[in-house]
Amino acid sequence: MHDISAIVKETPPATLTNAPPKVTARKVSVFYGQKRALHEVSVDIADRSVTAFIGPSGCGKSTFLRCFNRMNDTIEGSRVEGEILLEGRNIHDPDLDVVELRARVGMVFQKPNPFPKSIFENVAYGPRIHGLARSKAELEEIVMSSLQKAGLIDEVKDRLNEPGTGLSGGQQQRLCIARAIAVSPEVILMDEPCSALDPIATAKIEELIDELRANYTIIIVTHSMQQAARVSQRTAFFHLGNLVEQGPTEAIFTNPSEKRTLDYITGRFG
Amino acid sequence: MSTTSDPSLASPAADAAAPKAASGSTARVRGSLGRRHAAERRFRLVGMLAVILGLSFVAILFGTILNKGLPAFWQASITVPVTFDPNIVKIPPYPQPQQGESPAAYEAEVLQWRTALAGVNWGRIIENALLAELPPDAAKNRRDVSRLVTSGERFRLRDLVQERPGLVGQTVTVKLLADANVDVWVKGNIDRSLPDRQLPLTPNQRRYVEILQEKGLLTESFSTSLFFNVDSRASPASAGLAGAFVGSLYMMLIVILLSVPIGVAAAIYLEEFAPKNRLTDLIEININNLAAVPSIVFGLLGAAVFIIWFRLPLSAPLVGGLVLTLMTLPTIIIATRSTLRAIPPSIRQAAVGLGASRVQTVTHHVLPLALPGILTGAIIGVAQALGETAPLLLIGMSAFVANVPATPMDQSTALPVQIYLWQGNELRNFFEARTSAAIIVLLSLMIVLNGLAIFLRKRFESRW
Repeated sequence: MHDISAIVKETPPATLTNAPPKVTARKVSVFYGQKRALHEVSVDIADRSVTAFIGPSGCGKSTFLRCFNRMNDTIEGSRVEGEILLEGRNIHDPDLDVVELRARVGMVFQKPNPFPKSIFENVAYGPRIHGLARSKAELEEIVMSSLQKAGLIDEVKDRLNEPGTGLSGGQQQRLCIARAIAVSPEVILMDEPCSALDPIATAKIEELIDELRANYTIIIVTHSMQQAARVSQRTAFFHLGNLVEQGPTEAIFTNPSEKRTLDYITGRFG
Repeated sequence: MSTTSDPSLASPAADAAAPKAASGSTARVRGSLGRRHAAERRFRLVGMLAVILGLSFVAILFGTILNKGLPAFWQASITVPVTFDPNIVKIPPYPQPQQGESPAAYEAEVLQWRTALAGVNWGRIIENALLAELPPDAAKNRRDVSRLVTSGERFRLRDLVQERPGLVGQTVTVKLLADANVDVWVKGNIDRSLPDRQLPLTPNQRRYVEILQEKGLLTESFSTSLFFNVDSRASPASAGLAGAFVGSLYMMLIVILLSVPIGVAAAIYLEEFAPKNRLTDLIEININNLAAVPSIVFGLLGAAVFIIWFRLPLSAPLVGGLVLTLMTLPTIIIATRSTLRAIPPSIRQAAVGLGASRVQTVTHHVLPLALPGILTGAIIGVAQALGETAPLLLIGMSAFVANVPATPMDQSTALPVQIYLWQGNELRNFFEARTSAAIIVLLSLMIVLNGLAIFLRKRFESRW
């Protein structure tokens, strides 16, 4: 394995220490039926930064990610315990509608999953169902600026009415990011967004994540430790449903305090 | 990790075989190849034979039906000038509304006029028209002459005058439908060497037919009566499918209006919204079982519930439609559910992840994608209902009905039942062909419906 510490970026410390955490998870456990997939995980997610969840397959990192917008609700037989606060407010609060939560916490999935509709419709769908645009012009503006932010505008501006499924894999994934941005979420969850993409497309997405950090809180699950090192400011390492260690990315990759973390990042298992 | 560096992973047998592995196992593989290829050839041959056998059965079926049924689309008719002789049509002039006359009184007058019209000896007019074309001695055999034309034509002449009272005293050329026996005789389906008493036509009639044919008056032409007339026993040649067709149409409308919305809604609820528990498992098993229930059982159910309990009328397309709806529901539910299940979950996730509610996810994304499959399932279910006979027999739709039903509450038959009725008709010579013709009409409808299903599927699928 390469020396990952070499690619860890200089992180602006201010965002990590001073600001209150955007999302706070306390003793979160997830059960699928009788099976416990996640054991009492507590994490703070800093505002306007990228937090990476790493760990071997089946360690519960994706499960944990799906807690933040309550996507686990859609899985039959799943149960979440513990507390997750979005800006101090419990997301399981009965007063907080799950639809509102998902408008504030967007998600990008592992496999690019554009709707089988036009590129424009893909991006316009979110604002439309949430009633974010008052007029057609406003909707168009939202779509264009979302595509702009997702770095896709130059590639698709002449074919907004063509199907989103006709784009390349990397473009589709950026379309999905644009679709998530269009709802103006505060937090964007990314579940291994590059695992189905080639290295060039991956590089573009990573670049994009780095830009989006200025305006959004991003939580990314990744299998690639290089990716975690490249894009994130904080990293949490999961193993067998437990949170083993979390901290500034640089510290995790250069000086982990747990032996399991060291073993994983040096490629001894996983 | 390779097996050579890790002895624990290689079995002892493999170790022993290793030195001469290349030559030994290759030879063994080669040895078994012959058998494997032979098995494959056998399997292919059996499969091909099965396909050929199946296709030839279908070909035989279609061949016989077309062979028997197609001639029935052409029917013998006699085109002669018909004189509405005022001496026979002795009716008062058509009543005109008088000044100061009440509408009821005028209506009674019209009714009286119609009664007088019905009392006219229309058969005599037809006889006279035919006699004009036949040698003078035919006048002695009026009975033979009048039976050349099917009896229902008398009413057609009456209807002509009823529509245009001015026809009385005039002569018009009318195409009269020949009697069923004449039609069969002209088509050459009767062995002419049989003794006289076994032939459907008397020697005189046979002579007249020949004369009319020579004059070019007795011809075969496309039979519109098959499509536009109702069933008839007294006048078999004019028996048609109109009543059965409209009856089937009403039933299909009811089936489509009820089973498609109910079936699709039930499938969507079960697949997208219902919790997965014992109750929904039970419902699913029951729906699957219902699809396998013999259709005649649905007929019994319909007779018991709709006719005895709800007191709906016998033989009504409404009841038939309800029974067929019950029968079609499981088919549509099962087809819709399997279509919904085939929609990739990533689409649902994408919509839910954006904050779409469950209903929005279903209506905006899942349903449009599932539409071709749902339509195909629905049309195949409806086509199945169109051809169903057994349950209709039990709710009284096998009765002889000589009307086109005006509403779904009127008595009616259905296409498959009409086939069943004609199949059992005593005038075999004539109705054998009519039955096959009705089968052709039914099959054509089926092919159209299935074609529509394929067309819709292709159309909606090729959208992206």
